Amino acid sequence: MIGFATRRLIQALIVMLVVALLAFTMFRFVGDPINQMVGIETSIEEREALRERLGLNDPIPVQFLRFVTKAAQFDFGTSYQFRQPVSELFAKRIPATLELSLTSALFALVVGIPMGIYAGLNRESPISKLFLSVSLVGISLPTFFIGILLIFLFSVTLQWLPSFGRGDTVQIGSWWTTGFLTASGLKALILPSITLGLYQMTLIMRLIRAEMLEVIRTDYIKFARARGLPDRLVHFRHALKNTLVPVITITGLQLGAIIAFATITETVFNWPGMGLLFLQAVQNVDIPIMSAYLLLTAFLFVAINFIVDILYFYIDPRLRVGRP
Amino acid sequence: MPYVSNEEVTAAVQDRSSEQPAAGRVARILDSDLFHSFLRSKITVVAAVATLILFLLSFLAPWVAPHNPFDLATISILDARVPPIWQEYSDPRFILGTDDQGRDLLSGIFYGMRISLIIGFCSVIAAAVLGISLGLVAGYMGGRVDSFIMRVADVQLTFPAILIALLIDGIAAGIFGGVDREFFAFYILIVSLALSFWVQYARTVRGSTMVEKNKEYVQAARVIGIPSVIIMVRHILPNVMGPVMVIATINLALAIVTEATLSFLGVGMPPTQPSLGTLIAIGNDFLYSGEWWIAIFPGLALALLVLNVNLLGDWLRDALNPKLR
Repeated sequence: MIGFATRRLIQALIVMLVVALLAFTMFRFVGDPINQMVGIETSIEEREALRERLGLNDPIPVQFLRFVTKAAQFDFGTSYQFRQPVSELFAKRIPATLELSLTSALFALVVGIPMGIYAGLNRESPISKLFLSVSLVGISLPTFFIGILLIFLFSVTLQWLPSFGRGDTVQIGSWWTTGFLTASGLKALILPSITLGLYQMTLIMRLIRAEMLEVIRTDYIKFARARGLPDRLVHFRHALKNTLVPVITITGLQLGAIIAFATITETVFNWPGMGLLFLQAVQNVDIPIMSAYLLLTAFLFVAINFIVDILYFYIDPRLRVGRP
Repeated sequence: MPYVSNEEVTAAVQDRSSEQPAAGRVARILDSDLFHSFLRSKITVVAAVATLILFLLSFLAPWVAPHNPFDLATISILDARVPPIWQEYSDPRFILGTDDQGRDLLSGIFYGMRISLIIGFCSVIAAAVLGISLGLVAGYMGGRVDSFIMRVADVQLTFPAILIALLIDGIAAGIFGGVDREFFAFYILIVSLALSFWVQYARTVRGSTMVEKNKEYVQAARVIGIPSVIIMVRHILPNVMGPVMVIATINLALAIVTEATLSFLGVGMPPTQPSLGTLIAIGNDFLYSGEWWIAIFPGLALALLVLNVNLLGDWLRDALNPKLR
């Protein structure tokens, strides 16, 4: 177990180093950082002085090492467009993105799992077929268009729910703001989290259905039925438990995808999160924010992958034996 | 041991891909398992017909569209934001209404779908060429080359494609500057989509190449001294293309969606050459003022296109999967 974890950790570190190298290359070589920081009226001597002071004349490996050391301390430099430290900009916006992502993941699980179980157990029922058709449409509709349709229906036509922003937020601690505690904050969460979670919901539903169909056919389920166990027990204690293994992996990996797709949802709903910040950075070629976002998301993905790998190890006892 | 010339062995090895009479080929296609399974699935036939119609409408846009939305002489700002024909204040010239600049929406959708499809096809081909080449090299060479290519693929696979495309787009904008962005947008999109989607091809092709390279026909080709490049391209490649076609079909839908998303986010096609995503982005600004058709119709067209291509891809995947037969 410890050997397995160490190997995974080393792999994760290598991935992070590669990503850091990419982020550094972007930071250093796409456009001239000095040109972005100073105005046109700055003289060449002043530019040179700034270049020297920022260490841009040092050998590249030294610069890379400095970049990594600083990034490890959450120092990503200064944004070109906002003239503020990138880390502060992100700190302000992380709560919004995390609350949105968690709510949509929860939505996907709470709605997707029961739908999947139902569709798996009642394969031929018309409701299952309806679920499947809806899920195909859900997969084919691009995230941003789902958002537009929901806004059109619930905000513009029915005027039930807000179409942009987080509503009122409450400050918790020094930097966390939450929308969970106010009525308008909760209302503002509904449409974005459905938009963001719909794809994951259909995915989880299809996965559970497929796994259920497969597990139901196995011998131990037939045997459990032969022993006369009630359906409820067979379905939930025996069958469901074994369908959950791949679901956990996929959910974990999809959590990363949710954070990535939050960029789109945040743009559609003008949600003040990291994704919106990143998109504005892409539009305005704000390289420090882009490279910081790359590093942060990479870190999140690698961390999630690592945790999923370890979880897998605990859930599936077969992995523990016979593996070098 | 009888003497066999190089040419004869080469000819024998190449015989697998020799020409057939055209009529025999059509008959063989019509009698194949694949075609029968196609006819059995009603929804697939419907999807295929719908896809064909959409493709025809897009590629024949200059001839079938009622107006030319790029002809500045025929569009008038006075026609801006005319509602679709079944609503009040509509204009019989514009069946689905007009956008904010007075361009006919139906024609705009045909032309926009054409741009979306061209970018989709080009990026799928580019991604496939890149992925297949790297996969072939990795699988055939093995060793360091293999582990390097596959490590890169692993790292990239941890990121969703849309993020990579966004990043590449941003970097390209940084390199080319804002001036030529409109001109380069088309090529930047194709490159960023290709670089986001090559991994799947590479992994699949690598896997099948590793199986193929130990088969006798490859060893025979090697023994007579055919260069590695030719072995890879002429002998192994035709035998690993099956799964590639499935991935390409499924990725076409994905590429179209990703392109639309990038354009919607304002980093894809510019409003002067709108793709479906750009049209939706334009319409999004007018959603709140009641002019819903400018965003909704292009969106529905996009959804229809993607849904049908997805249905075809799903069928192809199941039909070619020996486990499900």
